[in-house]
Amino acid sequence: MTAVDRTTVQASATGPDPSPDVGGRRLPRALHPMAWWVWALALATAVSRTDNPLLLFLVLAVLGYVVTARRTEAPWARGFKYYLYLALTVVVIRVVFRAVFATGITSRDHFLFSLPHIPTPDWYAGIKIGGPVSLEALLSAATDGLRLACMLCCIGAANTLANPKRALRVLPGALYELGVAVTVAISVAPQLVQSVQRVVRARKLRAGKAQGMQALRGIVVPVLEDALERSLRLAAAMDSRGYGRAGRATRRSRHITGALMLLGMCGLCAGAYGLLDATAPAFLGLPAMGLGALLCVAGLHLGGRRVTRTAYRPDPWRLPEWAVAGVGVLSAVLLLANLGYDPAQLNPTFYPLTWPALPLVPTAAILLAGTAGFLAPPPSPAQRADAP
Amino acid sequence: MITFDQVTIQYEDTPEPALRDVDLTVEEGELCLVVGHTGVGKSTLLGAVNGLVPHFTGGTLYGRVTVDGRDTAPHPPRELADVVGVVGQDPVDGFVTDTVEEELAYAMEQLAIPPGTMRKRVEETLDLLGLADLRHRPLHELSGGQQQRVAIGSVLTAHPRVLVLDEPTSALDPTAAEEVLAAVTRLVHDLGVTVLMAEHRLERVVQYADRVIHLPGDGRARIGPAAEILRTSTIAPPIVELARAVGWSPLPLSIRDARRAAAPLRTELAARTPAPVRPAPAQERPRLLTARGITVTYRGVPAVREVDLDLNAGEVTALMGRNGSGKSSLLWALQGSGPRRAGTVKVAGGPDPHDVPAARARQLVGLVPQTPADLLYLESVKQELDQADSESGTTVKARAVLDRLAPGIDDATHPRDLSEGQKLALALAIQLSAAPRIVLLDEPTRGLDYRAKTALIGVVDILAAEGRAVVISTHDVEFAARAADRVVVMAEGDVVDDGPTAEVIVSSPVFAPQTAKILAPLPYLTVGQVKAARS
Repeated sequence: MTAVDRTTVQASATGPDPSPDVGGRRLPRALHPMAWWVWALALATAVSRTDNPLLLFLVLAVLGYVVTARRTEAPWARGFKYYLYLALTVVVIRVVFRAVFATGITSRDHFLFSLPHIPTPDWYAGIKIGGPVSLEALLSAATDGLRLACMLCCIGAANTLANPKRALRVLPGALYELGVAVTVAISVAPQLVQSVQRVVRARKLRAGKAQGMQALRGIVVPVLEDALERSLRLAAAMDSRGYGRAGRATRRSRHITGALMLLGMCGLCAGAYGLLDATAPAFLGLPAMGLGALLCVAGLHLGGRRVTRTAYRPDPWRLPEWAVAGVGVLSAVLLLANLGYDPAQLNPTFYPLTWPALPLVPTAAILLAGTAGFLAPPPSPAQRADAP
Repeated sequence: MITFDQVTIQYEDTPEPALRDVDLTVEEGELCLVVGHTGVGKSTLLGAVNGLVPHFTGGTLYGRVTVDGRDTAPHPPRELADVVGVVGQDPVDGFVTDTVEEELAYAMEQLAIPPGTMRKRVEETLDLLGLADLRHRPLHELSGGQQQRVAIGSVLTAHPRVLVLDEPTSALDPTAAEEVLAAVTRLVHDLGVTVLMAEHRLERVVQYADRVIHLPGDGRARIGPAAEILRTSTIAPPIVELARAVGWSPLPLSIRDARRAAAPLRTELAARTPAPVRPAPAQERPRLLTARGITVTYRGVPAVREVDLDLNAGEVTALMGRNGSGKSSLLWALQGSGPRRAGTVKVAGGPDPHDVPAARARQLVGLVPQTPADLLYLESVKQELDQADSESGTTVKARAVLDRLAPGIDDATHPRDLSEGQKLALALAIQLSAAPRIVLLDEPTRGLDYRAKTALIGVVDILAAEGRAVVISTHDVEFAARAADRVVVMAEGDVVDDGPTAEVIVSSPVFAPQTAKILAPLPYLTVGQVKAARS
């Protein structure tokens, strides 16, 4: 019988190099998803430091450039514009709220327009609705919203650039089941939508006069039946293909894993409480947090050992990955370090109302993050051809 | 390779065991076919091979099933994944990942095969099944035949010694089915894989089978050489029926063997004219529906291109063509509830069904969709029928229609528990309660066995005799040969052929039924015609 070499080693990225680009990093390939996530999260951290609209617009421009330069044609890669819409909505909501729930106007402010004042009852005196609106108020709301919008777009860029399913593969072995559940959910969702469309179409054939609950039931019952049968068949197929084969976990090691995880979680909770509550004893803060994290890592590691599987064509982590993650982290460090520029320039004041200055070092830092657009190898043309 | 030793399988909710005292051995490198009517335990037998029965489905297994020396009792399906590969009827249901390459690698990842070996095996399998061009494609974009080949490939990468296929071609058009079967026979001949396959459409597979396991329906199983078992089995493809009727021995199983044996028969029949499969109409059939320039597009991609179609009273039309050639889109557009970009539909004595409310449209044209269960959502057959009567607002009683189409369906039965054929009859009865004169059936033969198909032909005959126009989209050439007066062939949204059944399908190498292939150039389509001509 096929003597399948059942290695019980963990999947490692140090296997034979699966990508054909030995020596030349300009050959098209997909960048490791974690590199994109590190880059984007670092940039988001950098953004959180500044209110300067010029810098914020620069970040948006950098994100736009990198996304257009390095995204694939896959379905998830077409979503960046929706993040931009969302960002715009955030800014608009922020400005509108600031205008409606006015905080009043001082003599130094530039008066813009006045909304009709709606009197609120005495017991509700804390919030004023309507009244005069100043330019400064709107501008500060807009830059505030813009900062939030920029952070949203950073996450959006990571989602667009990194294949979400490949990102899930990076999860530690102990969380493998979770990853599979998410993957299955991702692939089942479109089927569910199709199923609903099919049944709605069929319902039209029957021209049911049912309204409300009755009509809903007519759609939900067949769709759920369909989904249930489909998932049973999927479960059977996964079972027959070896999903969940027993590893070398013994009852004892499972118990130890459980205990480690439980203790670790307790430690994390206590640590968070200790950090947030100033009156808590000192040992509840960082030490408890650190111990909890350590126990969790140990638990995950031990749990991961029972999963015996390998990864097909694992994403390599090489020079381009280091470079992309590096420029992201570097730009965040530069913005957080307050070196070589006046920190006040990051958060320009509106009194007096002047054009914000563009500090040199932060600008350079953000442009540095933009180099990811050509530090990352181009996406493979095969994936470009994936477009349906 | 596979051994069943006194196996009895009993499910909790049935009084009789699904399999009873089954004793059989399938040798290495054999292609073994499992035949039997719906519900005789074919799936149970197949599921028992890798332990899905009873580990996954429940029930009790008495006796012993061993595969390659491993007993399935202590080995659940996942522990047998490196020995047995299982492919189900609908490949889409078994897909876990979303691209071809990842799907091929999935089983190997579970078996912890080293990355280097994994990469090599994926490449080999891509070549073996002719999938190399599709490697990066998303699975849902592939055609049915390609999906089925990926599903087979995804279990092959684990290098199983046994392949279990449950109706691998039932959803496929004839060409795609050929594609899949060619891949399977290559595995048997080149790699010595043992294949156990269940299939309703025996005419497609019987020539490849070394041995046949016949489940007559009492829970027992008979195994033997294909020619021997099929001589007496309760179900048989047309080629075997013809051989039985004429008395050929040994039983030919391929068209080639049958044509050699048929030389005397052809001389005998040459002088006679075959009676038509379906009686010609007594008078001119009145026109019921006139469609002109029907065009359907989905996001700019044309599915149906400027199709003209006329339907006549009492005429049964078969709509054939590849998967995705626009058959369903055309039917939905004719009914009026599907999208239609351009064109007109005129129904005799009524408006265009596209322009009227759904309730009026279904009185003009009735459509039973591909999955009849989509129409059913109540708890019992009686509730469904009552609901249909109140929805339709006609004097036709759905219960009476159902009794005429498929007698003996109990009022209290849950629609889900009906067989595929009965579900179809129920959905049809619901649609007929609106008294449409035009009835469209979208792929009704999917999942039906020979007996259910014969019953469906009876139903179609009733509808035609009542003066309705019937359109059936189908991949099943044998069914079309027996049931249809006229065949319309579609390709890429165009109608490429339209004419009487005999003329259209005899001339086509893909759509010709077995009898026609054996007796060509004589214009015989069915075994019934041959029997009638000789008597």
